[in-house]
Amino acid sequence: MNFINYLSERPKLTQLGIVLIVFFILMSMTGQYHDLIVERHLFAKSVVKGEIQSSAGFAESMSMILNWQLPPQLVRIPELTFYHPVINTSATYVLIALLVTAGLLYKSFAESVNKSQWLSFNWFQIISKGFVGIIVGLLFIPTLYNWFFGEVTRSTFWELPSMLQDFSQYLIFEFWVTPVYDPEIEDYEDYGRVRLFTRAIGATLLFLITLIRELLIGGFETVVSLANVFSDQSGWDWLAENKDKWYSSVPAIPWTVLTAGAFILGYKLKGVGLSILAGFSCIYLAVFGQWEPAMQTLSLVLVAAPVSVLLGVIWAVLAYKSRTVERVITPLLLVAQTFPHFAYLVPVIVFFGIGDHAGAIATIIFATPPMIRLTLLGLKRVSPEVLDAGMMSGCHNYQLMFKVLIPTARRDILIGVNQVIMQCLAMVVIASFIGAKGLGFNLLLALNQLRVGQALELGVCIVLIAVVLDKLSLAWANKQTDYFADLSFVDRNKTALLFVAVFFAALLFAWFGNWMFADTAKGINYFHTIPHNKGITTEPFWQAGVDYMVSNWRADIKIFNKWLLVEVLMPMKASYLAMPAIATFVLTMGVGYIIGGIRSAIVIGLFMLFIALTPWWERALITMYMLTFAVIVSVIIGTIVGAICVQNKRATKFILLVCDTFQTFPSFIYLIPVIMLFGVTDTSVLIAVIVYAVIPPTRYTVEGLRNVPESLLEAGDMSGATKLQRMVKIEFPLAFPHIMLGVNQCVIFALFMVIIGAFIGTTDLGQEIMQQLFSGGNIGTGLMLGLCVAFIGLAVDHLIQTWATKRRKLLGID
Amino acid sequence: MSDQQPVIKCDSVYKIFGKNAEKMLKNANGKVVAEEFQKAGCVVGVNNASFEVNKGEMLVVMGLSGSGKSTLLRCISRLTDATAGNIYIEGEDLTSMSDKELIELRRNKMGMVFQSFALLPHKTVLENIAFPLQVKGNSTKDSMQRAKDMVDLVGLTGRENYFPRQLSGGQQQRVGIARSLAVEPDIWFLDEPFSALDPLIRKEMQDEFLRLQGVLNKTILFVTHDFDEALRLADRIAIMKDGIIEQLDTPANIVLNPATEYVRKFTEDVPREKVLKIKSVMEPVGDETDFSDLRVSEDAIIETVAEAVLGDPKSVPVLNANDDIVGVVHSSKVIHVLFGENSTLESNA
Repeated sequence: MNFINYLSERPKLTQLGIVLIVFFILMSMTGQYHDLIVERHLFAKSVVKGEIQSSAGFAESMSMILNWQLPPQLVRIPELTFYHPVINTSATYVLIALLVTAGLLYKSFAESVNKSQWLSFNWFQIISKGFVGIIVGLLFIPTLYNWFFGEVTRSTFWELPSMLQDFSQYLIFEFWVTPVYDPEIEDYEDYGRVRLFTRAIGATLLFLITLIRELLIGGFETVVSLANVFSDQSGWDWLAENKDKWYSSVPAIPWTVLTAGAFILGYKLKGVGLSILAGFSCIYLAVFGQWEPAMQTLSLVLVAAPVSVLLGVIWAVLAYKSRTVERVITPLLLVAQTFPHFAYLVPVIVFFGIGDHAGAIATIIFATPPMIRLTLLGLKRVSPEVLDAGMMSGCHNYQLMFKVLIPTARRDILIGVNQVIMQCLAMVVIASFIGAKGLGFNLLLALNQLRVGQALELGVCIVLIAVVLDKLSLAWANKQTDYFADLSFVDRNKTALLFVAVFFAALLFAWFGNWMFADTAKGINYFHTIPHNKGITTEPFWQAGVDYMVSNWRADIKIFNKWLLVEVLMPMKASYLAMPAIATFVLTMGVGYIIGGIRSAIVIGLFMLFIALTPWWERALITMYMLTFAVIVSVIIGTIVGAICVQNKRATKFILLVCDTFQTFPSFIYLIPVIMLFGVTDTSVLIAVIVYAVIPPTRYTVEGLRNVPESLLEAGDMSGATKLQRMVKIEFPLAFPHIMLGVNQCVIFALFMVIIGAFIGTTDLGQEIMQQLFSGGNIGTGLMLGLCVAFIGLAVDHLIQTWATKRRKLLGID
Repeated sequence: MSDQQPVIKCDSVYKIFGKNAEKMLKNANGKVVAEEFQKAGCVVGVNNASFEVNKGEMLVVMGLSGSGKSTLLRCISRLTDATAGNIYIEGEDLTSMSDKELIELRRNKMGMVFQSFALLPHKTVLENIAFPLQVKGNSTKDSMQRAKDMVDLVGLTGRENYFPRQLSGGQQQRVGIARSLAVEPDIWFLDEPFSALDPLIRKEMQDEFLRLQGVLNKTILFVTHDFDEALRLADRIAIMKDGIIEQLDTPANIVLNPATEYVRKFTEDVPREKVLKIKSVMEPVGDETDFSDLRVSEDAIIETVAEAVLGDPKSVPVLNANDDIVGVVHSSKVIHVLFGENSTLESNA
């Protein structure tokens, strides 16, 4: 009786109990399929061979269930068949589309007060309603008509990837073609305008990147590349014509000049500290012989980051102005947050080709969403009174946006800029997969050759570029002008003049290098450029360390590795795969119901359903198994380390610094040492994932515990609590919602790394994405796989956010 | 006064928030009952407000939170559009102005001070004050010079290059005041300017405000929830409740003749001698000739002269602005004001 009372006082616990009981009952009902589903693709193979049915009829299913055996369609969701959608663009349907649009817009027009200005205020509404009209008129109604009167064609969800692929091919090659003159074959050829458009964007970006790059390392060849961009069509080779002129041999800016410039810029913007940071970072890049790849990377970032910031601000402003835009982009931003980097690459290749510009575009697509999110957040947080003050000062709309709103929201926008720079450098390695040159490419090479030392040096280069760019942009945004300083021309342009002086001095210096190094065997002018890998290196030191570890620890590690694989990982993976689909749904939706009610259950259910309907359900289960393991271990390590470090101020500072560094470090670097020690196994992947994913829980634990109000701690002390009691009873409960957000971040980080883990060799969604990338790319498959990964992330994100919000409200925090 | 055009004129202004506000208002035929609108999902902000403000006059709108006082101010500055009714600024219809005309009006004739200061956090004191001028398109040099003058006017000299976050609340509001005055507006809106300040600072800022008004003599619409503040500053007070102006009159008349029960509650605890002027207790000069040597002005607040009047056994003559004797005041009346029952007082102000 006591037990029932206990449960009825805790409804959530009872619900969890019921969910778990149902889950385990369903788990035990796999029966004859059990041995098939514990291997990743045996079930599907058996269906294809015709050994088992993919679904059973109703009566048969009932009798199977009565015999404690789940029917096959509940064990693995079979391929479902739908009616094929029909698109018809004949005049009748265009008319229907127009009518639908007009009908949708009529109400808004009739209710508007100012009819003459209605058009200019509601342009977005017109576009969005027009879109609805097109979908209804050209897609829904023809499909319905076809269903009733025409020939019924069927398709399955599994054909969606190839439909998307066909659609993109249509868009590129057949949609709205126009003849373009091709000088090579001296004839007109049909080009899709979409492709011309994307190619034009690509060419513009490529031109910008090359321009910066050639200034930094190439010299006069800038013009060559400019000519190359257009020579495809004009056949005009400028360089060949001007080969003998003096200016065709002008070299690039020497590294000494740029380094001096970095010192001055840092000093001008912030002071001595920044000057030293910027200057010595440049020296590091040069001395370690990474100047060239670093400048290649820098040129890409210098184009991608401003474009991302600009796009982010523009979209955020549009979303701020129009609720419709906001409603459209919010879900897209959510998906972008968890969409794996690699899945972006396939569509980029198809639409933009391969090269530096493709890398830049992938980077921009990846870096823009956080910028939009943060800018929008900032704009929304501007107090209405400041807005009123701007209006009462007589601002018109433009002034209000650019002089009042955006500057006031500067704090959040600057965090956005910081995020953009970090994301750009995080993409450096991944962009090199589609042809971006620079540090990322070299890092990838070093990884393939298992050269730990070099990879580490390259990693440090990337971190330094990230940190310097971030600090410089921050300092630039915070600069202040002094109005009543009546200064002479020299005083006002002090730094500019200094720079000019230093510029020529360093130029001269670099020129002298021609003689200084003339007698060395290699004939390299070290003051102009230090060629790639001709600088100093610490590689032997790191190599020796790795060699020592491998020769001395390998045997012990092997035993541990074997135990972990056989006793923990394999059974865990098997139990994940052994879940019948229906049990997975009961468990996830049940947890969703307990946390966020019926709404959350449905949201989670829809995410899961999407994955279950694709052909990759079992791969997703493997991804989830690795995710679960990595997250559990990371959270345990992270919270413990965080909780210990927060006891001491200096340790707190230190651990936050470590977190920052590790986060900007290219995640690929974590892969090499673990492969060397653990071989190509799941253990390697998981350790790399854990090293990366342990950062957010650590950081959020530190922050959460540090932000517990002082008065509450004092109240605890005055109640006579010991340090441990205070920790357990006061600090942790209050910091818990914040720590849970850390767990949320941890899941997203881990998901990224699990997908990257495909490089080591996994059999999950990541492997499939990687295959798409290397096998030339099918847009549809790539996108669908990306969505599968994104939806796993979003489901977890939804659960944790809902929980944390409720909990925070309950505790009355913010 | 009457031959002059009122600077601000409101003619049955309504502001109702909600989806079908306009339709409902049309159906209501001018008789708005807040409860009925509330049921339909509308909130009544301002309910049939009609009044005029003359040149150089200070009208204080007083009401508790949610009474619609700030909404009324926002309608008159057209930060929100009134649902119905007309508002005239110097005879021009505000409600029918185009955006361009409105911006011109705000750039040249209006200034506004906000409760939470609403300073731009990224600009220094000087840049904040110069902001309306720069928006207008004035040259940087002129704007800065003018801003510097304003800094001196509000007594912030030496802090030109501070950022708002480096200033105290009182200093921040001084910046807000300076900014609102930078374009030399004719009409000055103040939306609870001192409510966010500590009591001592508030008193200091009120004195500062009176000093400025003495120098500048603007037409002022001042919103506050503090009745004492209203009494201290106002030429006339409008008391609002649930969007309706309950009473609009001089401070003395409001204290002496509260129009409604609601207004009476505010006036109950107000010390009469701090509000009433000698004018309200003087009597016409009768047959008596034995006057005191003391003379008091008819506009003097009773509290300030009470001690002198009570110390004099004879009745004291009252002078008007031209130093003519217009009446006498007896100590018995003053004693009545100081210690007597409030309700029995009559007013002839």
